[in-house]
Amino acid sequence: MKNISCKFLVFVFFLSLSISGKDILIEPGPNAHERLQEAMILINEGDTLIIESGYYEFEDGLSLDVDGVTVVGRGMKETILDFKNQQSGAQGFLVTSNGVTLKDFSILDAKGDALKVIGAKGISMINLRTEWTGGPKSTNGAYGFYPVESEDVLIDGCVAIGASDAGIYVGQSKNIIVRNSIAQYNVAGIEIENSYYADVYDNLASHNTGGILIFDLPDLPQQGGHHIRVFDNESINNDTDNFAPEGNIVGEVPRGTGIIIMANSNVEVFNNLMSGNGTVNLSIVSYSDETDDPNYYPHPRGIQVHNNTYGPSGFDPDVGTGDLAKALFEISDGNMPDIFWDGVVPMSQMLFGQPKDEKLVMVEGEEVSFLTISPIKYMLGISSPIRTDKSEFKGVINPLEPININGI
Amino acid sequence: MCTNLHGVNNELILSDTFPNKLSEFNFFIDNSAQVPHDKVVPYELISTLFSDYSYKQRWVYVPINQKATYYKESSVFDFPVGSALIKTFYYPIDERDPRQGMNLLETRLLLRKESGWEAVSYAWNDEQNEAFKKIAGKTINVSWINFFGEEQDVRYRVPNVNQCKECHAADDMITPIGPKARNINKDFKYDDGEFNQLNYWMTKQIIDSYPLDLVSPVDWSDESQNINDRVRSYLDVNCGHCHSPKGNANSTGLYLHLDETRDIHLGVYKKPVATGRGSGGLKYSIVPGKPEESILLHRMISLDPGVMMPESGRALSHKEAVEMVRDWILLLKE
Repeated sequence: MKNISCKFLVFVFFLSLSISGKDILIEPGPNAHERLQEAMILINEGDTLIIESGYYEFEDGLSLDVDGVTVVGRGMKETILDFKNQQSGAQGFLVTSNGVTLKDFSILDAKGDALKVIGAKGISMINLRTEWTGGPKSTNGAYGFYPVESEDVLIDGCVAIGASDAGIYVGQSKNIIVRNSIAQYNVAGIEIENSYYADVYDNLASHNTGGILIFDLPDLPQQGGHHIRVFDNESINNDTDNFAPEGNIVGEVPRGTGIIIMANSNVEVFNNLMSGNGTVNLSIVSYSDETDDPNYYPHPRGIQVHNNTYGPSGFDPDVGTGDLAKALFEISDGNMPDIFWDGVVPMSQMLFGQPKDEKLVMVEGEEVSFLTISPIKYMLGISSPIRTDKSEFKGVINPLEPININGI
Repeated sequence: MCTNLHGVNNELILSDTFPNKLSEFNFFIDNSAQVPHDKVVPYELISTLFSDYSYKQRWVYVPINQKATYYKESSVFDFPVGSALIKTFYYPIDERDPRQGMNLLETRLLLRKESGWEAVSYAWNDEQNEAFKKIAGKTINVSWINFFGEEQDVRYRVPNVNQCKECHAADDMITPIGPKARNINKDFKYDDGEFNQLNYWMTKQIIDSYPLDLVSPVDWSDESQNINDRVRSYLDVNCGHCHSPKGNANSTGLYLHLDETRDIHLGVYKKPVATGRGSGGLKYSIVPGKPEESILLHRMISLDPGVMMPESGRALSHKEAVEMVRDWILLLKE
């Protein structure tokens, strides 16, 4: 009996060792890049790398490829990783391993993306800041936070400023939570693209070109974005001119859009505040460019919109950027709605109607204005194609399941 | 001259850790002159990756009484545990006069351990008599005189271990890229005469077999070849390891490996996805007939780390390849 308990204690001792791991401390000073990069290569699963308070100026990108480690600074104002003199590396910080937690530091002025995570199962980004400090410029890097092809993605308490594409961008990923974060002065504040199962809540998106975008694009390994909940966010005063380099899809987003849903399925938008968006508060649209991709579905379906608060919008439509604002301005004759749906559906649905579970459902206050187009009337030209009556879109909300990442 | 008459250190190749000094492996009997041990056999590839105009010398080592096996045309040989692939990067002091010697930069190793391949690089010291392990990479500011008598400067980067994986990872496992049967099917001037490399590897018992009906890639620099074949060969070796359905850049949908045939995935009228300012304000990867409107060429020319492709391993623009790709896009028809 005694023998067994002794073995058990030894076992517990080693177990606790392997779980807690060791702490590795990096301080500012000469060769900080080499010391930090070497530590991130030699680190073992379970270890924590602590980047002490201070200002770190790097000429080369950083990368991490070890599973199950934590990299933590002393706060987003205390630990600053500055890449303004970056000479090599397509991003500031690249993570390619699983089960990584990044916390409490800032990445400034990366030449490309600030923080990119590829193919991770389990990535937590907590209290981090990515910023281009010279204000909105097309020469800023594309993305602040950029997890792609990843699973179990948590972005919590982060700040993203000045990205020339999206401040927080989650692409081709699954099981995602973006919360308590702030995105400002980016082209897109928060963008969820070609992704499955996402909760986006308690965020502030302001002074971007567009606040929150839920997009799906063709010709990519993962498409068919679906099951996205956008709730309890403030998407307000998005008033920055579009500064995306041409060629990028967000380059078509007009200044002053609160939330745009494009070509996704099963999206629930509720309890948000959308206000001060000069073009339109909420826009639900199809992918309108040509594509030969047979596996791609270009229309939004199963979209539910309810209990949102709408402040002033449409007072300064950005008709010079992309087609959306211009088309909406012309169709509405200048009476810009709070909510716009382009009404585009497959030909069969134009003729025979939409299946019940694909229909747009809206439960909003009387005062909330709406505009959609009946494509068949539009094409035939027999009567006005415009519909503004919300009542025909009333229905019962079927709430989507919340996202659960290991109990978070 | 520092000579070493012992055999290659097989135990170090298999060891869990990398030694600090390259010389400990005993791959070379003369380090500075890069004279290999006689079991360490030099080879060349038909089509090679551009690395800032640096020169590369390659060697293969397979332990005695073992052989690499051939299994597929598009794959590298299956090397036995204990094998090593060795590659030294250097600039000649003066490209016009090889007798002036060379400036050794780094020697990269791919070591076949029990658990799979592992990559590590050793950077040469100023004395050029030893190379030291560099886990986090290293910056070497270096210059050389090119064929035109011009001094060239480059901020050469020795890659860190993670950057090795950016190119050498397939399904998250490190794998060699170069030594495919089809890519070494050419003659080489050995000390004992000029022979086809595959024949020579058979004679030296490095490999067990190879197929007789190989279709080899063209040497992209061979102007007697069809330009489409040259460009596809260049893009395959310089871009295709990431830009392929299993590579690091698969999320882009741009696939430049040799086997891709779909125009949209080769970039023709393909819009950028998450390119940001990498697009340079251009709308498509390739616009047939319009190289100046093609993102692919723009990113080959750029020296900006946030724009340039490939993402690592290049600080200079590859003028000759840029011209070839420009000509190729001009010739493409809508």
